[in-house]
Amino acid sequence: MNVSRRTVVKAGGGAALYSALASIGFFAANPAMAAWKKDWFDAKNVPDTLKAMGIAGTPAAGDITITSPDIAENGAVVPVGIASKLQKTEMIALLVEKNPAMMAGFYEFASDSLPDVSMRVKMGQSSDVIAIVKADGKFFMAKKEIKVTLGGCGG
Amino acid sequence: MADPMRIRARAADGVIDARVLMAHEMETGTRKDASGKIVPAWFIQEVTCQVNGKTVMSAQWGPAVSKNPFLQFKARGKAGDKVTVTWVDNRGEKRTDEASVG
Repeated sequence: MNVSRRTVVKAGGGAALYSALASIGFFAANPAMAAWKKDWFDAKNVPDTLKAMGIAGTPAAGDITITSPDIAENGAVVPVGIASKLQKTEMIALLVEKNPAMMAGFYEFASDSLPDVSMRVKMGQSSDVIAIVKADGKFFMAKKEIKVTLGGCGG
Repeated sequence: MADPMRIRARAADGVIDARVLMAHEMETGTRKDASGKIVPAWFIQEVTCQVNGKTVMSAQWGPAVSKNPFLQFKARGKAGDKVTVTWVDNRGEKRTDEASVG
């Protein structure tokens, strides 16, 4: 653990400073952190996110299943499952369209593994969730609307 | 050190169904505390899942993942295999836990 970094984080105390430092590569010394795709997670809308991911245009619809409730009572914990039946699925990303930052997470698979994951995400309000799947070098997407009764962003 | 993960993995027909429950606050960095100060972001950024030491799936997460994250994934394998899950958060803290497939 980098001692000076700890001190800076403590002294700053604010998320603004923290992200400002992150954006100028202050944490690049930590290899695990450098790999985190900040630009993917910073994108605020669908076109920006697709662009950050290096996708040109809108991906085609594919054989992707999104499993989730149609109505989520608590936006702080919305269970979402994504399974891809596409051959050679390499990556699955989950986007929540109306969250402050769209990208919730993405999963990369080894060549012979099974592309089927479930997770729980926070949703600020009713929104579409979008699954983007990369299979055999091509991108595909699927969409599902989830209605949220109680927003999960706190505050 | 963070609390241990709870990993439960079962195999059927050559497919492991693993469920992982991690203990983590997953602060988004947009929430304010009672005094109106922004709570700094603190969330798991990377998750790596291995079966018998071989990485089958690796994930990167943003702050939109729920508190005490739950993750379910599938992999090829059989009973007795070892499932290892590692996470790293944005403070650089990490935790690795292991379970054998039942």
